[in-house]
Amino acid sequence: MAIGTFLPALLGGALIGLAATLLLWLNGRLSGISGILWRLFFAQQGDTLWRVLFLAGVVGGAALYYALFDEAPAARETFPVWLLVVAGFLVGYGTSLGNGCTSGHGVCGLGRLSLRSLVATVIFLLTAIITTFVVRHWLGVM
Amino acid sequence: MKRDLASLLAGLVFGFGLALSGMTHPEKVLNFLDVSGAWDASLLFVLGGAVGVTLLSFRFILRLSKPVLAERFIITKETHIDRQIIIGAMLFGIGWGISGYCPGPAVALLAAPNWELLAFLPAAILGAVAEKYFELRSQKQAAARQLKTAAQDHKPAVESPSEGSCG
Repeated sequence: MAIGTFLPALLGGALIGLAATLLLWLNGRLSGISGILWRLFFAQQGDTLWRVLFLAGVVGGAALYYALFDEAPAARETFPVWLLVVAGFLVGYGTSLGNGCTSGHGVCGLGRLSLRSLVATVIFLLTAIITTFVVRHWLGVM
Repeated sequence: MKRDLASLLAGLVFGFGLALSGMTHPEKVLNFLDVSGAWDASLLFVLGGAVGVTLLSFRFILRLSKPVLAERFIITKETHIDRQIIIGAMLFGIGWGISGYCPGPAVALLAAPNWELLAFLPAAILGAVAEKYFELRSQKQAAARQLKTAAQDHKPAVESPSEGSCG
């Protein structure tokens, strides 16, 4: 594989790990995006601002990257809207029920050697691989 | 104040890293998940790079008595692998595999929103709020049931037929 594809991936990943390191080291919090975002809607007073600022930072960091390197992704014009709505609902429901997503279970959970997170990560990766196969090759949605 | 700035800083690094890694391109994510096609292995490097850092740093951080700017670490002590985490991970995997979006990239893409995000993100929030609602409701019902059985235990048997109609 060309160095041009894997180097940004590795560097980007390392920055995500650095961000998780900063939040845990400074504030004692795990940087699981789903938990930080969903609990915003049920958060108690005094527990809201850090969530909002972290999420605003995520948006700002991405905006900075797009501004510097002009790579904001374009929409897939043929992708069915209803399928995105269904997918969104499942991602929200599933990560709330399972208490984490790629960042919470994947990056942070594996980092602290949590068996529970390892099981969750393996399950959502395998399920996603099977689903992508079915959607792309059986249903023909690209 | 310092803690809020630290949150913002961590978020900025996180968002920049996400965009740099390519994870905010749903097609790239799907090309990684689609192992039967022209497989894009680069997301393996994203996970490898991130977990490589946290594996090292968390070891040292979690040995500290407390975080630098807060009183304590807020980390779940839950280790039990229950039905919820398995079903939750499966549902998330299905949604991720359909769309190519997980929550982090969906948030980061607010920096450059297109119609896909307008369909996906509100639905994701709705899904999470719905799950929380059902969870809280079943907790309340369980608590009510417990209260009821506790009350029944102390009551003479003749009084109980009035209950149970609302099942």
